[in-house]
Amino acid sequence: MIEAVAFYLFATLVIAAGALTVLVRNPVHSVLWLIVAFFNAAGLMVLVGAEFIAMLLVIVYVGAIAVLFLFVVMMLDIDFAALRAGFVRYLPLGALLALVLAAEMVFAIAAWTAGGIDLGARIAPTPAAKPNIEAVGALLYTHYLFVFEAAGLVLLVALIGAVVLTQRKRGGGRPQNAAKQIARRPEDAVRNIDAPVGEGIEL
Amino acid sequence: MIGLQHYLVVGALLFVLGVFGILFNRKNVIIVLMAIELILLAVNINLIAFSAYLGDLVGQVFAMFVLTVAAGEAAVGLAIVVLYFRGRGTIAVDDVNRMKG
Repeated sequence: MIEAVAFYLFATLVIAAGALTVLVRNPVHSVLWLIVAFFNAAGLMVLVGAEFIAMLLVIVYVGAIAVLFLFVVMMLDIDFAALRAGFVRYLPLGALLALVLAAEMVFAIAAWTAGGIDLGARIAPTPAAKPNIEAVGALLYTHYLFVFEAAGLVLLVALIGAVVLTQRKRGGGRPQNAAKQIARRPEDAVRNIDAPVGEGIEL
Repeated sequence: MIGLQHYLVVGALLFVLGVFGILFNRKNVIIVLMAIELILLAVNINLIAFSAYLGDLVGQVFAMFVLTVAAGEAAVGLAIVVLYFRGRGTIAVDDVNRMKG
């Protein structure tokens, strides 16, 4: 009973927050509704027993991605009203497409109830005794180790890409040239001069 | 009793909302990126639901990789938005036709 109540609460809120994310006019509110949607999706995942992914969702999405969106929305001085002008033109097409897609998917899911999937074998059956985090970790660091490292590589490439794209080259600076400094020898730079008294020296 | 179908319906509705968001906010590329995040979230809900109801942990591992790709995509996408805004002073994606040959 309480599980059903929790499910319907989270499901309603995630869909309402998702709808408000794409519908509200103010992009800052949009990001905040996106955060609400992620929180409720994390709640749904806790309900089915995937606590690790739920916590990851809160940390990665809410803690990193949503804050990144918030930074960009607030940093750029964008005239959002102008962007919204003429959006009604896309409303009928978008609503029609969304309704058709939603109806198709819900029908397909309802029809699928009759059949059901019968897996011949499971790659990694959920162990009964272990907690979720331990089971996921044991799978991730053994069977999927290389894929895990590839995911790390994807993040590294995204990091370098973002830095390279947004790095600004300022003109007129005099940056340090380490190679030139190291290559400089005392013989090239310093001279001993026996300066005569009362006369200047040629530099 | 809450079954697999309930979660699949939530995932489907969230996915459709994401698609609708892309069509609805075609000019505002930041909202389009958020709609893509919603779509990836719907995919994750489906993966987790199948993983839980079929008793196979691989779905949860795969959801983690989807999360990784979503993070990378958001970072690079927003970097491109910042770069584009710096050059043009707007983010209206209607007139992103500088590179047409």
